[in-house]
Amino acid sequence: MSAAVAEAPPATRVDYLNADYGVKSWLLTKDHKRIALLYLGSITVMFFVGGALAVLMRLHLIDPAGGLVQPDTYNKLFTMHGTIMIFFFLIPSIPAVLGNFLVPMMVGAKDLAFPRINLLSWYIFIAGATLALYALVAGGVDTGWTFYTPYSSTYSNTHVITMAVGIFIAGFSSILTGLNFIVTIHKMRAPGLTWFRLPLFLWAIYATSLIMILGTPVVAITLLLVGLEKWLHVGIFDPALGGDPLLFQHLFWFYSHPAVYIMVLPGMGVVSEVIACFSRKRIFGYSFVAFSSMSIAVIGFLVWGHHMFVAGQSIYAGLIFSLLSFLVAIPSAIKVFNWTATLYQGSISYDAPMLYALGFIGLFTMGGLTGLFLASLATDVHLSGTYFVVAHFHYIMVGGAVMAYMGGIHYWWPKISGRMYPDMWARLAAAIIFIGFNLTFFPQFMLGYLGMPRRYATYPAEFQVLNVMSSAGATILGVGYLIPLIYLIWSMRYGPIAPANPWRAKGLEWTTPSPPPTQNFDVTPVVTEEAYAYGPPRPAAEGAHD
Amino acid sequence: MSMPWLNSALYAALQTLPGIPIAPPRASTVAEGVDELYYFLTAITLFFTITIFTIIFYFMVRYRRRSKEDQPPETVMNLRLELTWTIVPTLLCVVIYVWSASLYFRNSRPPNNAMEVFVVGKQWMWHIQHPEGVREINELHVPVGVPVKLTMTSQDVIHDFYVPAFRIKHDVLPGRYFSIWFQATKTGRFHFFCSQYCGTGHAAMIGWVEVMTADDYAAWLAGGTRGETMTQAGERLFHQYGCSTCHLRDGTGRGPSLEGQFGKPQKLRDGQSPVVDEGFLRRAITQPNSMPIPNYAPVMPSFQGQLNEEQILQLIAYVKSLGEEERKGKSK
Repeated sequence: MSAAVAEAPPATRVDYLNADYGVKSWLLTKDHKRIALLYLGSITVMFFVGGALAVLMRLHLIDPAGGLVQPDTYNKLFTMHGTIMIFFFLIPSIPAVLGNFLVPMMVGAKDLAFPRINLLSWYIFIAGATLALYALVAGGVDTGWTFYTPYSSTYSNTHVITMAVGIFIAGFSSILTGLNFIVTIHKMRAPGLTWFRLPLFLWAIYATSLIMILGTPVVAITLLLVGLEKWLHVGIFDPALGGDPLLFQHLFWFYSHPAVYIMVLPGMGVVSEVIACFSRKRIFGYSFVAFSSMSIAVIGFLVWGHHMFVAGQSIYAGLIFSLLSFLVAIPSAIKVFNWTATLYQGSISYDAPMLYALGFIGLFTMGGLTGLFLASLATDVHLSGTYFVVAHFHYIMVGGAVMAYMGGIHYWWPKISGRMYPDMWARLAAAIIFIGFNLTFFPQFMLGYLGMPRRYATYPAEFQVLNVMSSAGATILGVGYLIPLIYLIWSMRYGPIAPANPWRAKGLEWTTPSPPPTQNFDVTPVVTEEAYAYGPPRPAAEGAHD
Repeated sequence: MSMPWLNSALYAALQTLPGIPIAPPRASTVAEGVDELYYFLTAITLFFTITIFTIIFYFMVRYRRRSKEDQPPETVMNLRLELTWTIVPTLLCVVIYVWSASLYFRNSRPPNNAMEVFVVGKQWMWHIQHPEGVREINELHVPVGVPVKLTMTSQDVIHDFYVPAFRIKHDVLPGRYFSIWFQATKTGRFHFFCSQYCGTGHAAMIGWVEVMTADDYAAWLAGGTRGETMTQAGERLFHQYGCSTCHLRDGTGRGPSLEGQFGKPQKLRDGQSPVVDEGFLRRAITQPNSMPIPNYAPVMPSFQGQLNEEQILQLIAYVKSLGEEERKGKSK
């Protein structure tokens, strides 16, 4: 793999961005890179809609009596925030944007296995997202993103069905994307690219895809059953009709717990790439990191009951789910230790992607360790349903998944756009996001231990100080997210032209020009070395360690 | 692993921090044990977080890039290191699991001598009734130092009864009974919250536990009684709704005699023999045909919707009392 690819002057070279012009060339494209950009645009809109809702919530909560909106409106704010962020931003984020862009390039292929299905998945996503936004504009949904029955199925008078159908539809986009990735990684790897030469990003995406295609149908069926109960009064979940509300929670969490790993596993993949590149080291314990992704995907399916320790499942079920939840913590710990060890004796630079990746390690560590409080039965009784839970999962999903997403966007931005972004601004934004994030969510751990329940539109005055701190942090965090939006858009036109490999990174995607031609590679690459061959040059014949 | 002095010292220290509140009041026998585990977990979290942050910062400075020509040495696989940081966290997790699971197991079983109080959650208030007949809304008066068992159900959606100062919480489901218990260790007023989202007034479903001395509690109870205990109210309903026309005491009626049935297994037509408890009786009242009994025609009408949850609890209290003298006599 030689990084020195001769580059034609950008004005004349044909790449995937200038290969064709016009709306039609985008809306009917089968190029995985263009579809990745379609996803990028759509989920960015969803991210800022969801973010605006969060800002409104935090402003409202400055006053214990609820300063801004009526309780009903507040209930809709947190419901729409959660639903949009989870189903329409986090779940598609890294897989559908970076995964779409990178999976074919990393395996050395021209495109995904099923380019038409890939485009279809974006249209399905847009259909789902449109319904979700319609539900928001038409008056909102007030059930919480968890849609617990019988509140959602019988008592709520809001647009539950519209939202449920939106999520149901968007789920198929996820299934199709996962299917595409699995087939591509199995069948389209370049000659010489064995499983244990795959970048860890692909291992993570592969594990994620397994969860997508195995888990998503369950939530689709569950939402369908809620619809059946609401429309046709078939007794499934509502005890008044002879149903069982706990059944809903089992079905819902059977998908929605693994869904957490859909959000964070790809982030772990991104972090592995970035850490290796900016410390110029092969990832420490490559096979341990790879297999930990797979074991998270498998064990992740067996821990859903830890959301229900106080919900009324038997205490013996609780005992088993608690044990399994501790087990799923181990592979995550292994990853953290290996990333840290990778830095040892490295040549570490502090470019923006690296700052995000290091931020990820710190925040994910805290998110993971606070998860132990919730996996522990005795402490979970006190903490479940409080702000402690809110803080914990935001450390994983925002401190983890979103940090990694931002890191990944910055890392591959030169490849995606062909332009460099202003480095100082990028580092500044990363620092602001890190500080704003901690100020927003750390006080929420304390609020939770004090006993403040989540989803409260108003609250007793003794919780005010910590709430004000959290709201102050949220404004900083909000600014932190707006800065990259501005300079990344700016860079598309005015940024300096990016070379093929600005970071001197390893990996097939860096061997082709920035932005890549539609076919990705002029000649199918042949892989002769392991991933992350940043070490001293040596004969390929020596073969790979571990 | 118990270190009561450390536990109390930490609790006292957290209480005295000025400005920002950090620890909730601790007012039940369960709270102490939960806090002890909480402190241990906090210590683990701090240890690993600080260690990881320190190492990362150290590496960031020590191994910062000095020139583009830096050539770091090849990463070498170290199996011993990998196994260490796989096995050590695993053992740590096992320790935490055993500790937390056994504590939870102990905490979840109410003592036999617990005094009973009945809680019904409905959008958006808490109805509480004492066996002596006193009823209250969003307030729960209890004596200090006495185990109290709350038997809880919901009239509509799922709620959750949560007393932070006692470190106890459980969801409150429609159609089901769940019990939690506590023994208050100090007098005072403590918040209770609904902590399962239940609609518009969720945040207003807040109340106070008023922990009183035994004397104050007795006086309060005497002052609030309306002359009808839960059992008496249940007996009134038993006649009013015609239960007594079929469930004759001598067993010759169209329905089985309920005398002395509580707490004993009841054979059903499907061959199962569940124990007659509160949940069994609730189902027998609301969905009698879902559990036909051998030798009796399934002719009982459902009382779903005719009785509210509080009335069903009163009926159950009455059925429970039938044959109670006999039961007590036997145990003597």
